[in-house]
Amino acid sequence: MIEVIDAERCTACDICVNVCPTNVFDKTDGIPRIARQSDCQTCFLCELYCPEDALFVSPFADAPQAVDVAALKEATLLGSYRRAVGWVEESRHLRAADRSYRLFGH
Amino acid sequence: MTKPPDRAEKLSSSAGSVVFDADVLVLGGGPAGTWAAISAAEHGARVVLADKGFCGTSGATAAAGTGVWYVDPSPERREAAMASREKLGGHLQDRRWMVRVLDRTYVQSNQLAEWGYPYPVDDEGKPQRNSLQGPEYMRLMRKRTKQAGVTILDHSPALELLVDGNGVVAGATGLRRQKGDRWAVNAKAVVIATGGCAFLSKTLGSNVLTGDGYLLAAEAGAEFTSMEFSNAYAISPAFGSVTKTLFYGWASFTDEQGSVIPGASSKGGRSVIARALRQGPVYAQLDQADAETRRHMRMSQPNFFLPFDRTGIDPFTQRFAITLRLEGTVRGTGGLRIIDDNCATTVPGLYAAGDAATRELICGGFTGGGSHNAAWAMSSGYWAGQGAAEFARQLGTTSRRQSFRRGTVGLRSGNARPLQGGALARSVQDEVFPYELNYFREAGRLGGALRRLDALWSDASAAGAPDEQELLRAREAAAMLATARWMYRSALARQESRGMHRRDDYPEQDDRYLHFVTTGGLDDVWTSARPLGSKQYAEAAE
Repeated sequence: MIEVIDAERCTACDICVNVCPTNVFDKTDGIPRIARQSDCQTCFLCELYCPEDALFVSPFADAPQAVDVAALKEATLLGSYRRAVGWVEESRHLRAADRSYRLFGH
Repeated sequence: MTKPPDRAEKLSSSAGSVVFDADVLVLGGGPAGTWAAISAAEHGARVVLADKGFCGTSGATAAAGTGVWYVDPSPERREAAMASREKLGGHLQDRRWMVRVLDRTYVQSNQLAEWGYPYPVDDEGKPQRNSLQGPEYMRLMRKRTKQAGVTILDHSPALELLVDGNGVVAGATGLRRQKGDRWAVNAKAVVIATGGCAFLSKTLGSNVLTGDGYLLAAEAGAEFTSMEFSNAYAISPAFGSVTKTLFYGWASFTDEQGSVIPGASSKGGRSVIARALRQGPVYAQLDQADAETRRHMRMSQPNFFLPFDRTGIDPFTQRFAITLRLEGTVRGTGGLRIIDDNCATTVPGLYAAGDAATRELICGGFTGGGSHNAAWAMSSGYWAGQGAAEFARQLGTTSRRQSFRRGTVGLRSGNARPLQGGALARSVQDEVFPYELNYFREAGRLGGALRRLDALWSDASAAGAPDEQELLRAREAAAMLATARWMYRSALARQESRGMHRRDDYPEQDDRYLHFVTTGGLDDVWTSARPLGSKQYAEAAE
C-alpha cells in the first residue's frame, strides 16, 4: 500500500491525486494527504506517475508497514519502478525492452 | 488543417450537478472503453467517457503487462491459434467470432504501432506485437481518446442508467467523487466497458472492477451469459498484489517442510495449489528459469519484481509463500450477453465491450490470461463504439424525449437502515473467495451460498440510501452481490465440469451441456439454456 509522500521532494502538483484509480489521496493546501490508505490496491501507478520520485508504495497489499524514508533514499528505491520501465530520460530505451515474446509458449 | 472533432456539449453546470449532451456515452476508461470511445468518435459521434477512477490507470490492464492474441495472418498460424484453444474452452467457442477478433486485433495493434506504441523489435529486426505494457499502452490510449475529441470525466463512477419511455437507453448519471457532486449525460447510446468483477480481491489493478456496469445494465433489463466461468484465481506472493501467472510456469511449488507438491503447477496444476493451500502454506521459487529467461522476465514485467526487490527476496533462489487471489469474471469468460456483430446487448441502445461483455465467443469456458481478453477488448471496443455511433445516428433527434432513472438498490431513500457497503462487500467475499465454494463447486455448497447471498440481497434491496460519501461503496457491494448470485445460479445449472467451471459432484464434461447458460434478474435470478451459435445456424439450415 502507499506509505510515503516525501515532503522534501513533493511539489504539490497533485498528479497522484488525479491518477490514483481508487482515489486514495486528497488535495490539501499543501502536499497531498494519504486519506484512504485501505483503499490502495498496490498497483504502483501513483509512484510511476510521480515526476519527483516522491512516492513509495510498499509491496504489502493487505496491511500497512512502517517505512524508513531515509533508508529508501539510501537504497535509491524511490523512483525505482519509473527507471525500470523507462519513464525517465536516462532509461527511455527500456520502454521498448519487452521480451515477453521470448517467454510465451513455455 | 483537419476539422476539429465535434464535442459533447456541456448543457449546464449548476450547483450540485453537471449535465452533458452526447451521442454516445462510454462507461469505463480501460482498453475496451477507450477503443470504444475512439471508434464512436471516428464514426461521427459526440462522445463522453466516464471512468470511475482515472482513464489511463484504471482497470486490470493499466497496472499490468498483457499478452495480446495477435497472430500473423497466415492461414496455418491462424488455424493453429484457434484450434489450440478449443479443448481448453470446452468447445463453446464460435469460429466466426474467433476469425473476426483475430482480424480486428491485427488491425488495432498495427494502429497502435502507427500511434507510436514502442513495440519491441526482435533479433531479426521483426516487430513483436503480441504483448503490451499496461502503463505505456493506457497512457497512449488516454492521449488518443482526448485527441479524438472525446470528453473524459475522471473519478466519475456511473450510478444508474437512464431509459426512455420505450425502454431505449438514454444516458446515465453518476458521481464526481472528487468534486462532491453529480453528473448526468443524456446520450443516444451507451457502451458498458466497466470491466468484470474481481470482488475487491486486490489482484493487480482490479479493485476498481466490482461489476458496477453489470448492475446498472441488469437494472435496465440486460441479460448475462457464461457467468459460471468466473472462478479464475491467480498466483501472487502471499503478501502482495502482483499476479503474473506466466512467470510461475518456471516455478516449483513446495509445502511447509520444503517437499515438492506433486502435480502443482501454474498451468494445469493450479487446482492442486488451491487444495494444498487449504492444508497449509504453499511456497514458490522460480528455480526453473535459466539466466537468459530471468533477464527476459525482468525486462518484460518490471513490476513483477517490485514485491521481491522491496522485501529483499530473490524469487529465483529463495522460496516465498504464495496465495491465490480471485479474479472472478475479470479472467472469467462471462458477462453481458451480446446479440449481434456490433456488441449490442438485449437492451436497445446499450452496447457492451471488453471484460464487461461475455468472452465466450472466442474463449468458451476458459481464458488463461490477458491475451484473449486483450484482443477482445480492442475488437469489441471498436465494434461497440461503431455500433453505438450508428444507433445514435439512426435515432436522430431526441430533444423531446423524457428519460427515467433505472437504478434500484442503494438509491432509494426511505426510513430503513442505510445500506452498509463495506460490511456487505465482506459478506459477499466470504461466499466467493473460499476455494471450497467457488474453485471446487458442488450442489450442496453452492445452494448454501446462494441461500445466504439471496438473503443478503433481500436485506440490501430493502435498505435505505446511504449518504453521498458511502453511496459508491454501497453500489459496488450491491454489484458484487448481484454478480455472485448470477455466477452461482449459473454454476448450479451447469451440472458438469467444462472450461474453468469444475463441479466435484459432476467431474466430467457432459455433452448434454454443450450449450450456453443465460442468466439475469435481480430480485429473482433466473437461468436458461441457450444453444451455441454454430448449432443454431445448423438447425436453421435443416
